[in-house]
Amino acid sequence: MTVSTTQPVGSGGSNEGLTDDAALRIFRTVTTIRSTEDRIIRGLSSGELRMTYYTVRGQEVIPAAICEHLRRDDYMVTTYRGMHDCIAKGVPLDELVAEMCGKVTGTSKGKGGPMHLSDPQSGLMVTTGVVGGGLPIAVGLALSSKLRGTDQVTVVNFGDGATSIGATHEACNLAALWEVPVVFVCQNNQYGEHTKFADYTRSPSLAERFRGYGMEARTVDGNSVPAMHEAAAEAIGAARSGSGPVFLECLTYRLGGHSFGATTEYMDPDELSQAEANEPVGRYRRWLVDQRGIGEDVLADIEAAVVSSVEAAVEAAKASPPPAPEELLTDVFSSVEALPR
Amino acid sequence: MTTDDPIHTLSEAVNQAMDIAMAEDPDVFALGEDIEDPIGGVMKGTKGLSTKYGRERVRNTPISEQAIVGAAIGASLVGMRPIAEVMLMDFFAVAMDQVANHAAKLRYMSGGRTNVPITIRTSVGGGRQFGAQHSQSLEAWMMHIPGLKVAVPSTPRDAKGLLYSCIFDDDPCIFMETMSLLFTRGPVPPGRFEIPLGVADVKRAGDDVSVVTWGWQVPEALAAAETLADEGISVEVVDLRTLVPLDRDAILRSVAKTTRAVVVHAATQFAGPGAEIASLVGHELFGRLSAPVERMGAAYSPVPYAAELESLHYPERKRIAATIRAMA
Ligand SMILES: Cc1ncc(C[n+]2csc(CCOP(=O)(O)OP(=O)(O)O)c2C)c(N)n1
Ligand SMILES: [Mg+2]
Repeated sequence: MTVSTTQPVGSGGSNEGLTDDAALRIFRTVTTIRSTEDRIIRGLSSGELRMTYYTVRGQEVIPAAICEHLRRDDYMVTTYRGMHDCIAKGVPLDELVAEMCGKVTGTSKGKGGPMHLSDPQSGLMVTTGVVGGGLPIAVGLALSSKLRGTDQVTVVNFGDGATSIGATHEACNLAALWEVPVVFVCQNNQYGEHTKFADYTRSPSLAERFRGYGMEARTVDGNSVPAMHEAAAEAIGAARSGSGPVFLECLTYRLGGHSFGATTEYMDPDELSQAEANEPVGRYRRWLVDQRGIGEDVLADIEAAVVSSVEAAVEAAKASPPPAPEELLTDVFSSVEALPR
Repeated sequence: MTTDDPIHTLSEAVNQAMDIAMAEDPDVFALGEDIEDPIGGVMKGTKGLSTKYGRERVRNTPISEQAIVGAAIGASLVGMRPIAEVMLMDFFAVAMDQVANHAAKLRYMSGGRTNVPITIRTSVGGGRQFGAQHSQSLEAWMMHIPGLKVAVPSTPRDAKGLLYSCIFDDDPCIFMETMSLLFTRGPVPPGRFEIPLGVADVKRAGDDVSVVTWGWQVPEALAAAETLADEGISVEVVDLRTLVPLDRDAILRSVAKTTRAVVVHAATQFAGPGAEIASLVGHELFGRLSAPVERMGAAYSPVPYAAELESLHYPERKRIAATIRAMA
């Protein structure tokens, strides 16, 4: 995998905190993410489903490891490329898929769509389609925990490309200044839409750049479960204990075009096929078997259960009706009385 | 319009205007996200231009809308003619300080000693299930800031002529490229071709009702007019093409003839451009109208995702026809 020039921390290292139970929960999560994506792609390819879909293939491990350290009442903010984050945070799969299909049983009654998932019950507070838009909001979520004296943590996910936009920098500076419990999770998949990392910045390392705001910042191999698990434990632990924000640059690789159907002509085919050969879900599965001695049958059982729950979610979404016409004008304000007439 | 002009998409027409402007004037350059080849802009507007003119003049940027617009303003202050691309109109929100507080005002604040001859090209979504943050028609927002010119072509021909004029105009121009029209085809005059800003075009002549519209809604209005022709209702479709400057005379000329007007736009109806036009018509043609001016715009809601709701959100040909039928 080609990554920015900084060395990942703890890459491939053993991990004492990663119990078998935790390792299998993470396996279930990455498998759910992968199966859901595979099923959606299949549906899109055949015309069975229709939506704008931003692949998360290759980025599954990041939220799966992070959410091992999060509670349900911790907050999360993500982007259009956030299905993996939603699944890991515990958004119910049926509601998630239904929302992506624009159905009334979706998390937002079909009014938000795949780029705007929210499910406060599982702590998934905002999904934004505007690059960088989530970070300032995450600072406010974290500020609320500080002001109310709770020990909740906020995790905000964003792409490497978002480090080019003003909102990101205002948010990071403010979070550091106020020492709020937020973890900035930059999922560096090496591309901002069709532009490679090295073609939009001269910074060799994002962690280095964001450390300048006066917060802890580190680079981690986002495709390694042990490394991500350990880095997330430290970052979330630090935020929870009150020592302020942490910036994690999670190195990964977008295993496909920007969105479903988008061109990959600008991507180096050798690099892409190498990254695909070393893709993180398969890599983790092999690690579980080879390094952790987990039985093949255990993993196969999890996979089979996941596949049927994904299939059930897709079938339920297909069977669900679209929102009723009256929904057009509800949820604009707290009351329809306030609508201009 | 000569019918033997070559046929191109609206996106190709946009590309031609930039190509010709860049060939004519070394001060013209382009900047924006993913505008270089091989991508050539996510909507293909700049396809081939970085290959032809080099990456100095057709420049990819990071995801930095404020800096894109701001840098364009800076270069324009000393006489360059930048063409900035903001990928989608919704992302103007990110650049709005540069657009509204700087580009629009620098000429005035400097007492005319500086000016900002930039063009900002932007795609406008809608009708494609892109959701609330990728589907907004924000022309009213632009029109409300004194100092910005606003062009919204509905045909490839108009796109080429208007964009060329925007590039060489001495004021900041917002050039809106309607996504659902980008790959529609039509005749485009070859070579250098200019359409002055502020001149509307009657896309269909008629006697009974005037539809005043622009951009995405022009083909919707034309389709409604076609349906109504079969019912014996004669509809005139006035395509404004630019909203600032506004071609008052063309609007009043048409409505004075038909005595009935409907303003149709994809922007939110409440406080939308239609209010300005309805007020103009009501005031200038008071006593001569056969019916109150109707307005049809987007519903007062963020753009919904579900296709069933989105189709209710925007005006479309059937409902336009129904409105016209009711007043004719
Ligand atoms: C402010 C803004 N500008 C442009 C876009 C269009 N756009 C959508 S995704 C994207 C690339 C973002 O790259 P990155 O932050 O690395 O996230 P990734 O897609 O790789 O997850 C761009 C430019 C946008 N959504 N918002
Ligand atoms: Mg990226």
